[in-house]
Amino acid sequence: MNIQQISVFLENKPGRLAHVAEVLKNNSINIRALTIADTSDFGILRMIVSNPEQGYEVLKKAGFTVKVNTILAVEIDDREGLFYDLMNLCDKNGLNVEYTYSFVEQSSNKAILFLRIENSDKAIEVFSKNGYKLLTANEAKKI
Amino acid sequence: MIWNKEFETMSRKQLTLLQSKRLSSLVRKIYATNPFYKSKMDAAGIKPSRIKDIKDIAALPFITKDEMRTVYPYGLLACPVDNIVEVHTSSGTTGKPVVDAYTKKDIDLWGEVMARTLSMGDTTKSDRVQNAYGYGLFTGGLGVHYGTRKIGAMVIPISGGNTNRQLQIMQDFGSTVLTCTPSYSLYMAEAAKEMGIDFKKLPLKTGLFGAEPWSENMRKEIEETLHIKAIDIYGLTEIIGPGVAAECERQNMLHVFEDHFFPEIIDPKTQEPLPDGEKGELVFTTITKEGTPLIRYRTRDITYLSHEKCGCGRTHVRMHRILGRTDDMLIIRGVNVFPSQIEEVLLRMDGIEPHYQLIVERKGNLDCLEVQVEVNESVFSDEIRGLEVREKKIEHALHEALLISAKVKLVEPKTIARSEGKAKRIIDKRVI
Repeated sequence: MNIQQISVFLENKPGRLAHVAEVLKNNSINIRALTIADTSDFGILRMIVSNPEQGYEVLKKAGFTVKVNTILAVEIDDREGLFYDLMNLCDKNGLNVEYTYSFVEQSSNKAILFLRIENSDKAIEVFSKNGYKLLTANEAKKI
Repeated sequence: MIWNKEFETMSRKQLTLLQSKRLSSLVRKIYATNPFYKSKMDAAGIKPSRIKDIKDIAALPFITKDEMRTVYPYGLLACPVDNIVEVHTSSGTTGKPVVDAYTKKDIDLWGEVMARTLSMGDTTKSDRVQNAYGYGLFTGGLGVHYGTRKIGAMVIPISGGNTNRQLQIMQDFGSTVLTCTPSYSLYMAEAAKEMGIDFKKLPLKTGLFGAEPWSENMRKEIEETLHIKAIDIYGLTEIIGPGVAAECERQNMLHVFEDHFFPEIIDPKTQEPLPDGEKGELVFTTITKEGTPLIRYRTRDITYLSHEKCGCGRTHVRMHRILGRTDDMLIIRGVNVFPSQIEEVLLRMDGIEPHYQLIVERKGNLDCLEVQVEVNESVFSDEIRGLEVREKKIEHALHEALLISAKVKLVEPKTIARSEGKAKRIIDKRVI
């Protein structure tokens, strides 16, 4: 139920993001969703890509500090209030969300929420029990 | 004002005689009392009886800071430990600290040379000396303290830092003389401006500044903003602390108190003595100290000497303000910092590459040190928090080792230049 996310350490200086994008482009790797967390000195670029294993290898080869880690991807309907429902569920069950970002599928009217949760095993259990659909690694590659 | 006319205006002939006498008795004494020095002289094949004249000094072996460390803490004593009344050390961050151990007579000597120094800044019995050099193992604070006491002026032992309090005390007590690093004086001036304090209305008249390099431009700025006369002073822990050399009121090079500290300039590569006017490494022999006398100590400071007569009446040789270093030592906020210390700290931290770059800047009037460190995969965490904790951890370790704060900046791997012969580790952007 865990899916793979690539994180890249980036210094806050011009051209770094372009370089990451260039490496992925040259290897025909598609970025499905991304987010950047930044401080005054550096940032962490987090991405869901079409081929995380290859993405990791090519970025590493290009000299980036890269890590692959796992997060959860929850599919919900793209409607108001549903994000609240999910967050409320986390709150009720003592699940601490470290960060989250989302991706909207225009064709199916669905949204996918990527979540990094402290206790991910418990989260999987809580989400499944409450009828949420968690994407598998294979499904995530195809979004 | 000349504090000690007899010695400070002594004729060259008399001075040479005095130095010769003092050197030969020092060499005899050190050979008899200090096994480390005895073995150095034996290895060089020199018997104390050979040293009769100050010119004979060139035959004696040099001593370096590294050698001094090997005999830490008491290996350089030329008297019983019981005779030592006070010790000071260098920050000791490049390994073992360097010790200066003082007998009662050495402390009197320190007071004497600092009284001379303060007098060059026209300090008299009726002055109030705000001493903003740090008190403690660092020599700055107590050196000025003893000199002020010797003159009989009032000392305000405020020590370094706490700028608001400095300015309050300065106004309340009517300080007339200020002692601190030159950059700190400008920092104080800036804070004073914000607080609406007008230096023209304060009785402050002189500042004695040292412990870091500065320039004529900085002097001009200090004199204009603080409305004082700014005097350059020089010293180092190994020799005695402050009180080795100082500018007189002419502000044209620093008189070396050569009846106690005999200076030489050598070519750092060939170690051959250089004549007046030629730049080289400054070497000192402490010809009167009892506790930890040094023979031909290589300071690593670069300057030149002049025996030309000075209009002030003092006959002591003058040295130009320090022009540079023979090693890569940096002076940041008055503290000596060696890149090797930083390397040592980084090597102790796991997951940090030993590739780093130091960026020194002067922001406002304060030196800022940034240490750029390469991150590698083993420490890279997906969370900002994890990386920030790591930065703080390195900053804390650096502060403990360097005694000054540094900002750590994590950078991407392989972005710091290397393998191009000597790595460019230091970028000093300060314009002094």
